[in-house]
Amino acid sequence: MSEEIKKLIIDYVKKEYLEEDSTMEVNENTKLISSGIVDSFSMVSLKMFIENKFAIKIPDDKATPEAFDSVNNIINVIKEFVKI
Amino acid sequence: MSNIGSYEEKYKTFKWEQAEEELEYGKNGIYNIGYYCSDRICEKGSANKLALIWEGFTGGVKNFTYNDIRVYSNTIAKFLQDNGVNMGDRVCLFMDKVPELYLGFIGILKMGGIAQPLFSAFGEEALFTRLDDAKTKAIITQKKHLGKVRRIKDKLPELTKIIIVDADDTTPQVNEIHFCMEKSEKVDKFDIVKVGPEVPSVLHYTSGTTGKPKGAQHVHSSIIAQYITSKWVLDLQPDDIYWCTADPGWVTGTSYGIIGPWANGVTQVVLDAGFGTEKWYAFIQKYKVTMWYSAPTAIRLLMKEGLDVVKKFDLTSLRHLASVGEPLNAEAVIWSEKAFGKPFYDTYWQTETGAIVITNFPGMKIKPGSMGKPFPGIAATVVNPKTYEPIETPGTVGLIALKPGWPSMMRTYWNNKETYNGKFKNGWYICGDRSSIDNEGYFWFVGRDDDVINTAGHLVGPFEIESALLEHKAVAESAAIGKPDPVNMEVVKAFIALKPGFEPSGDLELDIMNFIRKKLSPLAMPQEIEFVPSLPKTRSGKIMRRLLRAKEWGEEIGDISTLEND
Repeated sequence: MSEEIKKLIIDYVKKEYLEEDSTMEVNENTKLISSGIVDSFSMVSLKMFIENKFAIKIPDDKATPEAFDSVNNIINVIKEFVKI
Repeated sequence: MSNIGSYEEKYKTFKWEQAEEELEYGKNGIYNIGYYCSDRICEKGSANKLALIWEGFTGGVKNFTYNDIRVYSNTIAKFLQDNGVNMGDRVCLFMDKVPELYLGFIGILKMGGIAQPLFSAFGEEALFTRLDDAKTKAIITQKKHLGKVRRIKDKLPELTKIIIVDADDTTPQVNEIHFCMEKSEKVDKFDIVKVGPEVPSVLHYTSGTTGKPKGAQHVHSSIIAQYITSKWVLDLQPDDIYWCTADPGWVTGTSYGIIGPWANGVTQVVLDAGFGTEKWYAFIQKYKVTMWYSAPTAIRLLMKEGLDVVKKFDLTSLRHLASVGEPLNAEAVIWSEKAFGKPFYDTYWQTETGAIVITNFPGMKIKPGSMGKPFPGIAATVVNPKTYEPIETPGTVGLIALKPGWPSMMRTYWNNKETYNGKFKNGWYICGDRSSIDNEGYFWFVGRDDDVINTAGHLVGPFEIESALLEHKAVAESAAIGKPDPVNMEVVKAFIALKPGFEPSGDLELDIMNFIRKKLSPLAMPQEIEFVPSLPKTRSGKIMRRLLRAKEWGEEIGDISTLEND
């Protein structure tokens, strides 16, 4: 299950935040926010994607740049709200 | 001892000519900013001093001395000339915070071009609007941003030079040129193009309530103000390690991220990476940053992470802190005293003013939450919004107004003299912000006087967002406003009426958000969308944005006699 979620988020990041012809590798440890792939404004759309997909509401104090800085970090956030 | 010494004394006696003399501006008939930021510093004996320490996200570091700045900017200037870019041509810089952005800026100025920096996160429509308005001839960019340029280049007949600084071995497309700064033959001697002090230098686009973004056009003599404000407000001193966190796609990143520090011969550090609390503190610790110029949004993000994380780092190198972009709230000033042992000094200015105009000075008593006092040489007041007469009663809110004539004032809006002229009333330049002045002469920011949204210190025009929203297949009509936000001061909120056949949903909201993010920029992306059956309009059909904003902010709705429906 966790692998499927990883793939889901990685695919979304590639589709939404990288150029179509980008050859950049994104894996579960790739830094997303601190690398600038996803800026702090765009993080709101990434958060909404997660909330919509998992039918959860992530409070602002849990949605920090650090908490969203990699796919693994995001999965840890999701685990606080749903069993995966 | 701060550079400015006594503010009161300087305010009484200072004339801009003194800054010109100190900078030796115009000596030997040279007025080009490019010379004052590189060659002059070398001639003064600091050729081997570090001008730029650049660190990329992955930790790679590049150092550039003032002689490197001189030679590489010469190299870029000659490259542009050799490729048919001429004096007065607009050359866009569309890059992340890589060294070529900083050196390219100086290079463009040296060959007499007009530098047009644009934020690299702009989407293709935002990019197109600004390149089309400026009739830009050349763009310097990176591979990662090339896709956006390629998708719009056919609609930009004047854009005939697309210069890629990190190209690989692939074959360039039509009008594309590969240029590797560090591998190019270095140009030690370059005849810096002779320009007068009033020749255009930089074109920075800014947003208004209506119409397309406007290009604030600055001239070479702006450096006089950028030099002296860097010295007196940022208090830049010879041994400083200076960090300006702003991106040169915005005016702070050029006035105080390139021109000001380099005209003062100071070493600056640049971190080409996204925000990260520990990363930022580690960066300050690693380079022993002494002067830090940042933004309230960043400070509030650091505040959210608390004081414990601050204690993990040695930040004792910090000598002076300043902030720009939006009002710095009192809590942030007080927090910074706890975290760093010193307050952030708020500075106020705009794209149009080119340099700091109202500010808190080193050594001055800080009133947390206040904008401070006018810079010496700047006559500032608040005026009545109807008569444009100065308000004499302390504490009364009016429009911030400045007497025109300081060196870095924009000279016009590109192709838009009418709007430029409209900024002047009764002999004052009207900033568009509301403020009061207390009985000690401190200015206190109240808010914008128009519908422009100030998000994280960047102005976003509602009209541009609404126009883009209408291009989404589901949107029938829309209104964009700024809504209060604890970190960014304001964020964009959109009210949307859907076309028949579309139903509100979380997925549709996300789709519309991403649509705007890609088309315009992440800053313009609504962070909240409220789907409504219809929007309040006047009887003449104009959407009453004011009404929506007042409801959102919990303010008085005011006169609604022209409202079309109940």
